[in-house]
Amino acid sequence: MTATQKVKFYQVGSFAVGNRLLDADQRTVQSDVSRHNTITSGHRACQGCGEALGARYVLDAAMRVTGGKLVAVNATGCLEVFTTPYPESSWQLPWVHSLFGNAAAVATGVAAALKAQGRDDIRVLAQAGDGGTVDIGFGCLSGMFERNDDVLFVCYDNQAYMNTGVQRSGATPAAARTATTEAVGPEPGNPFGQGKDMAALAMAHGIGYVATATVSDLHDLEAKVERAMDFHGARYLHVLVPCPLGWGSNSADTIRVARLATESGLFPVYEAEYGTVTAASPIRHRVPVEDYLRLQRRFRHLFDSSGAVKRPDIVAKLQQLANRNIDRFGLLTNEVA
Amino acid sequence: MLRQLEGSRAVAMAVAACRPQVVCAYPITPQTHIVEGVGEMVKSGELAGCEFINVESEFAAMSVAIGASAAGSRAYTATSSQGLLFMIEAVYNAGGLGLPVVMTLANRAIGAPINIWNDHSDAMAVRDAGWVMLFAESNQEATDLHIQAFRLAEDLSLPVMVNMDGFVLTHATERIDVPTQEQVDAFLPPFEPRQVLDPADPVTIGALVGPEAFTEVRFLAHAKQIQAIGHIREVADEFAEAFGRRAGGLVNTYRAEDADVVVVALGSILGTIKDVADQMRERGTKVGVVGITSFRPFPLDALHEAIGDARRVVVIERAFSIGFGGVLSTDVALAIADGRARISTVVAGLGGRAVPEAAIAGVIEDAVAGRLEALRFVDLDRGVVERELARMAGDRHSGPSAENVLRDLRAVASRSV
Repeated sequence: MTATQKVKFYQVGSFAVGNRLLDADQRTVQSDVSRHNTITSGHRACQGCGEALGARYVLDAAMRVTGGKLVAVNATGCLEVFTTPYPESSWQLPWVHSLFGNAAAVATGVAAALKAQGRDDIRVLAQAGDGGTVDIGFGCLSGMFERNDDVLFVCYDNQAYMNTGVQRSGATPAAARTATTEAVGPEPGNPFGQGKDMAALAMAHGIGYVATATVSDLHDLEAKVERAMDFHGARYLHVLVPCPLGWGSNSADTIRVARLATESGLFPVYEAEYGTVTAASPIRHRVPVEDYLRLQRRFRHLFDSSGAVKRPDIVAKLQQLANRNIDRFGLLTNEVA
Repeated sequence: MLRQLEGSRAVAMAVAACRPQVVCAYPITPQTHIVEGVGEMVKSGELAGCEFINVESEFAAMSVAIGASAAGSRAYTATSSQGLLFMIEAVYNAGGLGLPVVMTLANRAIGAPINIWNDHSDAMAVRDAGWVMLFAESNQEATDLHIQAFRLAEDLSLPVMVNMDGFVLTHATERIDVPTQEQVDAFLPPFEPRQVLDPADPVTIGALVGPEAFTEVRFLAHAKQIQAIGHIREVADEFAEAFGRRAGGLVNTYRAEDADVVVVALGSILGTIKDVADQMRERGTKVGVVGITSFRPFPLDALHEAIGDARRVVVIERAFSIGFGGVLSTDVALAIADGRARISTVVAGLGGRAVPEAAIAGVIEDAVAGRLEALRFVDLDRGVVERELARMAGDRHSGPSAENVLRDLRAVASRSV
């Protein structure tokens, strides 16, 4: 497993580690005042935006590990829109946005160009939301994986089309309300039995490195970016990024919601190399899925006004999904009671 | 050196001589021989310093070219027909970003009904994408236009599409002079990008632009096309001086100076039209021909001058706008908007149908006699059309028209045997 910090402190209540308790060389890139600030301040993301946070973490870590020799390719979506309101740009690195569905292919082109120029010192990172990854961008992404082009593709997964007003994507979880899977009728929200497991699909291509992460564990996320840069060829990083707007969660709860997604087992955090899982982050303090669901308006139809479960049948099915992840990845091996 | 070559092979050799750094390939008939040729040269090492990428779709092909060009490499791809439509979003994007990608379009009809043969409906579908669009009359010109295309693209920071008729040119073997590497190197300097993704000097390419500046950014794309009108001429002149033969330019004029009737067209059909013009001039009809080499930017002034004092203009098009009529004709009409000449659209050669000399001569004779309608479809089997219209009128469930027409034609054929 990637060497995230070995020391475990629980004083902060969040089960995260405060940087001040660590030696300087173990601290995160984000805690360093001389970090690149690859997405500099002044952008137009919503308050509490998980994607802005995730992208900043990922890119600052990637900038550090590449010594600033990095080119970013961006799909259309929130990240592209909120960072480049003409004539301003938040990007402190060479950055290109072409279309919604072609970020992986554009990145292939950038990597090929750099190779043709003999610039193997410059690395390429492509990024997209879940729509630009699992849906409209899937063809180009699969092609890039299959050819093993030298690109790290990062998906910031907020589980729906947020930029266009919260429509369902192939990454929307079961039972979640979106503008196109409304919380009405006997089976409210997104149907069960649908959606793509994108990290598994990436692994099926046999590429060197695949990892999932969330914005709730900064050490883990940064370490995975660093690890991904040890490889050449296609790599995939899937980052869960809560969206206060689309999920109906409190802006101040972004990190908390992301953490509960993993601690409930609904979002397994793991790494794989060449198609085989090599490590999974154990759940430190297991919670029932309803603890995660209750914080989000997109699941409000599962609860009554007092917060009690109104649809135990649906919550039980979601719990089954979480349990399956826990079994599959052995997430309870190191549970902290 | 003159050699017997398939058009596609000659184009592949010309492209290779331009030292592309990234070439993306996705197969579609009738373009495929070109990228196969380039791919072989990369694989064998004959074309060094080039990344040849087998992509999973045309959308990816143009997207890879966009990324490669933005990262400062000379990028090339080729497509046809459905492939062009599949990549159209990226085609517009390359135009909007002003990236000097060069692409060959082996012109082919668009379905449905699916049809692999030549016409120009694919090119007309991307008329407004912000690309320079050049049309080759012959395989020699197709070869030469590719060398000019990289010069134009990179001088102007604009993508350039070289159109060559599918099969008629791509699969025709003829004598072609492919310029040597030394000649091309002297004509085409290494790519110096106007905008490039470089960590030493980071830029943002492809930012969101709202109403406050969209008009200006769009107008700049237009301004570059207007600049291209002059530059296409200059590059063609320079090419003629360096290579000893003319190719490219805005329009090419044939016996049009004193013509009463001028026939305007794009691409390989011009050869047939010129033969007809020669024959008709022998019979005393003053026919001239104007080929449009640069369809975008559209050379209004050059065309105005080329048409001169002709009283009748016949635009022969291998495409049309369904529900309206000519596409090229509407542009040509603007060039003679002073009303001095009567213009007719003649739609011919759709989906690979042959356009024989007699059909062209017939159209010109009718134009001279004042019998040519504003819009005529050459060699259209009215009987077939009328019978299908009758079936549609008589039966709410008459079924797919294409199949009905084919069945009808077979029935007619079997009766006539």
